[in-house]
Amino acid sequence: MTNANGRFGIHGGQYIPETLMNAVIELEQAYNHYKNDPDFNRELNTLFTEYAGRPSRLYYAGKLTKKLGGAKIYLKREDLNHTGAHKINNVLGQALLAKKMGKTRLIAETGAGQHGVATATAAALMDMECVVFMGGEDTKRQALNVYKMRLLGAEVVPVTTGTATLKDAVSQAMREWTSRIADTHYCLGSVMGPHPFPTIVRDFQAVISKEIKEQMLEKEGRLPDVVMACVGGGSNAIGTFYHFIDEPSVRLIGCEAAGRGIDTFETAATIATGKLGIFHGMKSYFCQDEYGQIAPVYSISAGLDYPGVGPEHAWLHDIGRAEYVPVTDEEAVCAFENLSRTEGIIPAIESAHAVAYAEKLAPTLDKDKIIVITLSGRGDKDCAAIARYRGEDIHE
Amino acid sequence: MSNIQNAFAKGKAFIPFLTCGDPDLETTAALVRAMAKEGAALIELGIPFSDPTVEGPVIQAANLRALSGGVTTDKIFDLVRDLRRDVTVPMVFMTYANVVYSYGPERFANACAEIGMDGVILPDVPFEEKEEFAVPCRAAGIDLVSLVAPTSANRIADIASQAEGFLYVVSSLGVTGVRSEIKTDVKEIAALAKAAANVPCAIGFGISTPEQARTMAECADGVIVGSAIVKIIAQYGRDAVPYVADYVRSLKDAIR
Repeated sequence: MTNANGRFGIHGGQYIPETLMNAVIELEQAYNHYKNDPDFNRELNTLFTEYAGRPSRLYYAGKLTKKLGGAKIYLKREDLNHTGAHKINNVLGQALLAKKMGKTRLIAETGAGQHGVATATAAALMDMECVVFMGGEDTKRQALNVYKMRLLGAEVVPVTTGTATLKDAVSQAMREWTSRIADTHYCLGSVMGPHPFPTIVRDFQAVISKEIKEQMLEKEGRLPDVVMACVGGGSNAIGTFYHFIDEPSVRLIGCEAAGRGIDTFETAATIATGKLGIFHGMKSYFCQDEYGQIAPVYSISAGLDYPGVGPEHAWLHDIGRAEYVPVTDEEAVCAFENLSRTEGIIPAIESAHAVAYAEKLAPTLDKDKIIVITLSGRGDKDCAAIARYRGEDIHE
Repeated sequence: MSNIQNAFAKGKAFIPFLTCGDPDLETTAALVRAMAKEGAALIELGIPFSDPTVEGPVIQAANLRALSGGVTTDKIFDLVRDLRRDVTVPMVFMTYANVVYSYGPERFANACAEIGMDGVILPDVPFEEKEEFAVPCRAAGIDLVSLVAPTSANRIADIASQAEGFLYVVSSLGVTGVRSEIKTDVKEIAALAKAAANVPCAIGFGISTPEQARTMAECADGVIVGSAIVKIIAQYGRDAVPYVADYVRSLKDAIR
């Protein structure tokens, strides 16, 4: 899907300081070697099955299906993975790769804290040092995950510059990488940043759609009609789409965080409101003003609160292969509550954005159609914040 | 080719940096005139960006101050147009890819040429991505300045041999900012760069004292100082002009 320079159509590329160029070139060479190495793949597969708990279940949500009265709904249960989200897929892959490259230290950015927890987990498992950069605002919204990272032995650095959210954590992690490269791998958490990260992260997350395909053929004897997932940077969504991109009968839908609405400034819906730009190492769509200043985006979900989107999504949007829809805070919170009550599954507020759109879409489709929603993570981390959103004054 | 090479014609070049609009554009104008008067050979004007990923805390804060004051690319172009009525020292912009990309690389380069800028430095545009910006710059007659870093190793020869205007030699790992000591083998990197480059080489990142400037000037054609100046501006605000003038004079004297 990528050409030699790491482009997806016009998107992607390597817009980074010269200081980091040899580091990403070495990373690409190492990845190209190990991705075809049987021992590396055997080791990674063992970690996936024995440690992360893969394959994750593909669950038929019968009660939700009945309630919505349309298409059959399946949930791809990435929330059941070790550490509670899809993030572990990418992190185990990158940590193993970093280890093979002789790196002894992982750094990472995190929004909701899920990628930070996953990175701290892999670092503990593989005896690596770990530093996680997290927006100061997010350390408050996701205090429990901050504690978990420290418990796992990682250092958590609150980032107070800019909007003190995910984009500032990415900037600070990049700054840290430019000052310490020799022993350090930047374990980027989404399908973004400079080449080869969007490709590496996609390949490690593609296990999601590989499993969906196999499980769906086993359960229904055919491919699904729709696969959908939430999109911040877009790693669980690209993982969900990847093995269906060349299956034109399958609709691919990405659900962006609209915050308080795409007609307000308090939104993080990049494809709906952004324009073409260059930031954080890549060309893609970004929320920005007319002079290219990056917008201070907003979403109730710390994991989707990012002003850009991965370059492969920008390309899938350009060629019309995937659809991207905005979902507001209020819609996501309603879906968070609805799935909890209907199926007894508390989804991450990020994943609830995809559930919310499925609630709109399913009733418009015939009963013989099939929708797969990837539940990228579990919602334990969000309970206190959603309670506060509903006016209950509870704290962790 | 632009006027940049003239900056290096009269001995070692002292190259100060400031962020436009910090604390306001009137002060920026006064500071640029003072720097020119005190012997700056080339002046780097920062166009602020919301998320300056190559900057340390000092210049990050300056970017934020400037943007909260309402500075825009167009207002900075107006500032330069005004400065060029009396300031003849070569000047280059230092900003980020998205500032130029959102303005339109061609429109940006043409505007630079029209107002009298000589070049642009984009620290998040490496060798592999530069033609997207270098082509419109060349067409407009200004230079896109390339950078080499302590990690460039086998890349130095390619980058240096294609460098335009001058070659920016990054002294240290990490982001911009004052350092008590510059530990990398910058002399070796500068020597490799100078051997391959057809343009002058200037060293920047981490230089603040006259002693550091003198040492760095020994192995290059010029010395770039940013954070140390921005720090003075942060401290004195609208009253910073005489303090910056003194500082520029002392550094200029140190590398003479």
